[in-house]
Amino acid sequence: MTVHGSGPQDAGREDHPPERDAPVVELRGAGKSYGNIRALHGVDLAVRPGRVTCVLGDNGAGKSTLIKIISGLHRHTEGELLVDGVPVRFGSPREALDLGIATVYQDLATVPLMPVWRNFFLGSETTRGRWPLRRLDIEGMKRTADRELRSMGIVLDDLEQPVGTLSGGQRQCVAIARAVHFGARVLILDEPTAALGVKQSGVVLKYIAAARERGLGVVFITHNPHHAYLVGDHFSVLRLGTLELAADRAEVTLQELTHHMAGGAELAALRHELAQVHGVDVEELPEA
Amino acid sequence: MNRATAPAASASPPAPPAGRTDGRGTRRSPVRRLLARPEVGALIAAIGVYLFFFAVAPSFRTAGALSTVLYQASVMGIMALPVALLMIGGEFDLSAGVAVTTSALTAAVLSFQFTVNVWTGVAVALVVSLAVGAFNGWLLIRTGLPSFLVTLGSFLILQGANLAVTKIFTDNVASDSIADMDGFGQARKVFASEFTVGGVDFKITIVYWLVLAAAATWLLLRTRFGNWIFAVGGDQDSARAVGVPVDRTKVVLFMGVGAGAWFVGMHLLFSFDTVQSGEGVGNEFLYIIAAVIGGCLLTGGYGSAIGPVIGAFIFGMVNQGIVYANWNPDWFKAFLGVMLLVAALVNLWVRRTATRR
Repeated sequence: MTVHGSGPQDAGREDHPPERDAPVVELRGAGKSYGNIRALHGVDLAVRPGRVTCVLGDNGAGKSTLIKIISGLHRHTEGELLVDGVPVRFGSPREALDLGIATVYQDLATVPLMPVWRNFFLGSETTRGRWPLRRLDIEGMKRTADRELRSMGIVLDDLEQPVGTLSGGQRQCVAIARAVHFGARVLILDEPTAALGVKQSGVVLKYIAAARERGLGVVFITHNPHHAYLVGDHFSVLRLGTLELAADRAEVTLQELTHHMAGGAELAALRHELAQVHGVDVEELPEA
Repeated sequence: MNRATAPAASASPPAPPAGRTDGRGTRRSPVRRLLARPEVGALIAAIGVYLFFFAVAPSFRTAGALSTVLYQASVMGIMALPVALLMIGGEFDLSAGVAVTTSALTAAVLSFQFTVNVWTGVAVALVVSLAVGAFNGWLLIRTGLPSFLVTLGSFLILQGANLAVTKIFTDNVASDSIADMDGFGQARKVFASEFTVGGVDFKITIVYWLVLAAAATWLLLRTRFGNWIFAVGGDQDSARAVGVPVDRTKVVLFMGVGAGAWFVGMHLLFSFDTVQSGEGVGNEFLYIIAAVIGGCLLTGGYGSAIGPVIGAFIFGMVNQGIVYANWNPDWFKAFLGVMLLVAALVNLWVRRTATRR
């Protein structure tokens, strides 16, 4: 484990004991180019157990490239990706999964027409008996799914009901509970609240907090600074493929976060331009 | 569907919000759950069709008629099973009809030309049939084209090859008779024998059909592979994201259709002793119709194995019932078309009812 004290995020964090706080997943100067287009460049990020790391950014800022690298869908072309301090290059999402890195995608979390319990165990079904009588352990799987869902605070009377009958937030939660059960140490959530209403978003945010309490490292990708600030411990703002801001909760306010999200320096320049167009002093324009 | 029950003992979990018990969520009633089973609509239709022909055609009521109906249903139903599994897995196989003929021709021509034991031909036919299925699946995965197009291509290839290759060897549209070749009697016993129950002769295919249906039901509902079939048909990308081997599942399903085509092909070959090379065209649609009438969703992800059994039984009843009722048999296809439309509408309604929030 050659982990601690090398990433820039470690500066000013000596209040945490290093063992407990060692990052599970760490990016060092990581980047990704598609042909001659540099989608991501020089990004440092550390995902620690029991903490929610928020990755914010506008559309095209490189958020999805970042998660695709961590979740094993794409390989990084520069820098390093470390899991438990060991540099890795993933060939497939399965490899990331085997190391405990689970990704819950916004739109492809579940199969709508399949019952909840079948969805919960999809791809990792448990069986009993010997071939040719080896069969799905239906009772066991239902019990486990029910227990896991309850422990995340989701109570369903009927695990046979198709997942498609659940609300969008509940479906996300089933996917999260599933990832937690199958030994995820790091949970990557890709815009889990993007398609949800206010109330449903609240439900998902609670489960994010619950996952953190269980000691998981959570990577929460969002473009909503308000949602991020409600649960986040660390914030990384991406802009045009590079890290615009990386700060712990103590070092940043919601206002600053929103400011950086909105484009920060660009917005200031825009104010100047607008001021010239209108022929007024910059100070007379409303604050961004 | 949700109750604001206090969460389990663990310290951290958030309580389910009270807002979810605002009266909009209800338990699904037992009737709705029953209707949500894919084969219920078909079962009701089957009973209706049976009673109808029972009423209008006196000769339909005999045990002999039942045997004929079941035989008709079994030959089609054996193929409808793998076609239904494939459909639940989200794909079609339009080459399924002519693939039966291809398999029978392979066994017949090979045995005759090389003067070998017919079992050699049977074994080679199995390999060829599985290879055709694997080729369909492989092409689908490699090209990303819809299975409708891919298998339409292989349908035309097989149809042409059936005729052309048979003509090369026999100068005729039918294969040479293999009735006096080694192993023919034995193979006929396996693939095309009869048995008697209470003075009525039944074909052995009826037994195979029901055993295979039971096996397919087990496969679908009690095995990991069955779970994957539903998943790849329901949402391929989600399935892949949670680690289901999507490509492998689909190739195996296509090979299953190949195995079915082999079995039915062997039955046809050993029922007679020669094969007409132009046969089988159009049967692929009958298999698909049996699956759809049986409640399998055309777009995948939903269905059962017992459904196509009932679908094939309806097919057999209508096919024979029209004859027993002394109607013009030309009406058969028209009747089948009506059944298909009704089944499709019932399926649509059932799916909406089952997934309503």
